[in-house]
Amino acid sequence: MEKVLMKGNEAIAEAAVRAGCRHFFGYPITPQNELPEYMSHRMPEVGGVFLQAESEVAAINMVYGAAGAGARVMTSSSSPGISLKLEGISYIAGAELPCVIINVMRAGPGLGGIQPSQADYFQAVKGGGHGDYRMTVLAPSTVQEAVDLTMEAFEIADYYRNPVMILADGYIGQMMEPVVFNKTVNPEDLAAKSWATDGAKGRDVNIINSLFLDPEELEEHNHDLDRKYQEMKKRENRYELYKMEDAEMAIVAYGTTARISTKAVDLAREKGIKLGLIRPISLYPFPEKIIQESTKDIEKYLVVEMSMGQMVEDVKLAVNGQRPVHFHGRTGGMVPTPEEIFSVIEDLWEE
Amino acid sequence: MKIVADYPESLTEKEFHYCPGCTHGLIHRLIAEVMDELEIREDTIGIAPVGCSVLAYEYFNCDMQEASHGRAPAVATGVKRVHPDKVVFTYQGDGDLASIGTAEIVHAANRGENFTTIFVNNAIYGMTGGQMAPTTLKEQKTSTSQSGRNLQESGNPIKMSEMLSVLDGPAYIARVSVHDPKHIIKAKKAIKKAFQMQIEKKGFTMVEVLSTCPTNWGVSPVKALDWLAENMLDVYPLAVYKEVE
Repeated sequence: MEKVLMKGNEAIAEAAVRAGCRHFFGYPITPQNELPEYMSHRMPEVGGVFLQAESEVAAINMVYGAAGAGARVMTSSSSPGISLKLEGISYIAGAELPCVIINVMRAGPGLGGIQPSQADYFQAVKGGGHGDYRMTVLAPSTVQEAVDLTMEAFEIADYYRNPVMILADGYIGQMMEPVVFNKTVNPEDLAAKSWATDGAKGRDVNIINSLFLDPEELEEHNHDLDRKYQEMKKRENRYELYKMEDAEMAIVAYGTTARISTKAVDLAREKGIKLGLIRPISLYPFPEKIIQESTKDIEKYLVVEMSMGQMVEDVKLAVNGQRPVHFHGRTGGMVPTPEEIFSVIEDLWEE
Repeated sequence: MKIVADYPESLTEKEFHYCPGCTHGLIHRLIAEVMDELEIREDTIGIAPVGCSVLAYEYFNCDMQEASHGRAPAVATGVKRVHPDKVVFTYQGDGDLASIGTAEIVHAANRGENFTTIFVNNAIYGMTGGQMAPTTLKEQKTSTSQSGRNLQESGNPIKMSEMLSVLDGPAYIARVSVHDPKHIIKAKKAIKKAFQMQIEKKGFTMVEVLSTCPTNWGVSPVKALDWLAENMLDVYPLAVYKEVE
């Protein structure tokens, strides 16, 4: 397979095309604009539809319609835009429709800034929109991983009939790296969606809906959804370990921050500090088991995030008070350096 | 024996939940009859709104999607872009279409999205209990305009058909009423025209149907029909506002 040099946003777009996505609805927002721009020429090339909606709200509802109609469909945005899409995401989850949502995070709150951030962790993994829903959230740390996870996201979405989010940060979206596209899916080869609203010829009518006026029915629906989320928890745990074999301290970080943290691990190892890295790839479901198991060897944890501290709460839940969990975060679009992380580690090691 | 009237195949047998004298049921039936006559039931995907007609998906005997408040035109856009050869319609009330969903209807119309919108205007919010709508008339009393709508404070009744008809995207925009049999027949003709033009891929079509709300207007079903004729027709003139060749 040929290696090509691509910007993260464009690589994600191409991965979606290769995954058989033929419908894209979006609205421009920095720093993810290369993604819809790429789709605007690539979709017509493959006989698909690119539509620039009038707003993020409209875009996600177009996704809802297209997903309900049986299409592989995607939208992308950045933090403030995702906030606008949350109502639609809740409806998509409630109506059990598959789609892929890309969030190339920028710094907030409010209009914030356009520099990279990881401050949408809570929004992505805790629901964000209203009601009891969850979606698989995958966080790439390289452009190649963004490609692979995007392709996988469509499969996961179809399997569970649920939205899947790729939670990347501005760095992943903007950096250029060589990537390989390992496979191409022909949308015509995909399994038929018998539940889709595509005209009731020769069958009973299909209804796409999330309204349950009878509280007993709604409770049952929420239990049904929860069974699905529990299955996700069993099957979709993804993580990567770096130099954890003999580690006595561990950094927990995801995405770009994890990538920077590997350098901090190398710096620590040079100084004889037995540091390792646990990198959650699926943020929902959170790989709590591997973190819980690591407490038998790890004396201290440091969670590094480009936020004021969000994933640190899930790490603390997994560690369950058995070991101290420290936090180091940069925010506002600031990115921690390996040296900066190492100096925090050095202090913790000597404590 | 020749059957001159029958239950439309495009309606389910589910009993309507609508209040006595509300014309939603009648408008549902007109759409269903048109679907039967055009033989499109198995090729149609309807989009239900939020509001009194939120359960429309239980009444139309075709594939249906429920949309969130105001977003039916965006949902319909998504469906139609996936299935350009199917028939797609939205069914929306005035709060849905003319308030929370104004952006979606304007842009879907302006893009010339090839679906049909049935816009039911009864000048009030029904489902939430009779609050003021953007279509509420001057001095009309509602639960949030208790001494009558004051135009200085609340703005003017919004005229969606007139507004949308100046755009280039729509193919057909008409306002009709269902307050008497003569107008009901005209309303059905307009609805049929809108669906036919969609089938011919002419672009966006919308039929605004003036409708009643006896419960929240606080009048009897019969008086509601009179109230519509006496008060709404002057503000919302019945006309074909746009029709392309």
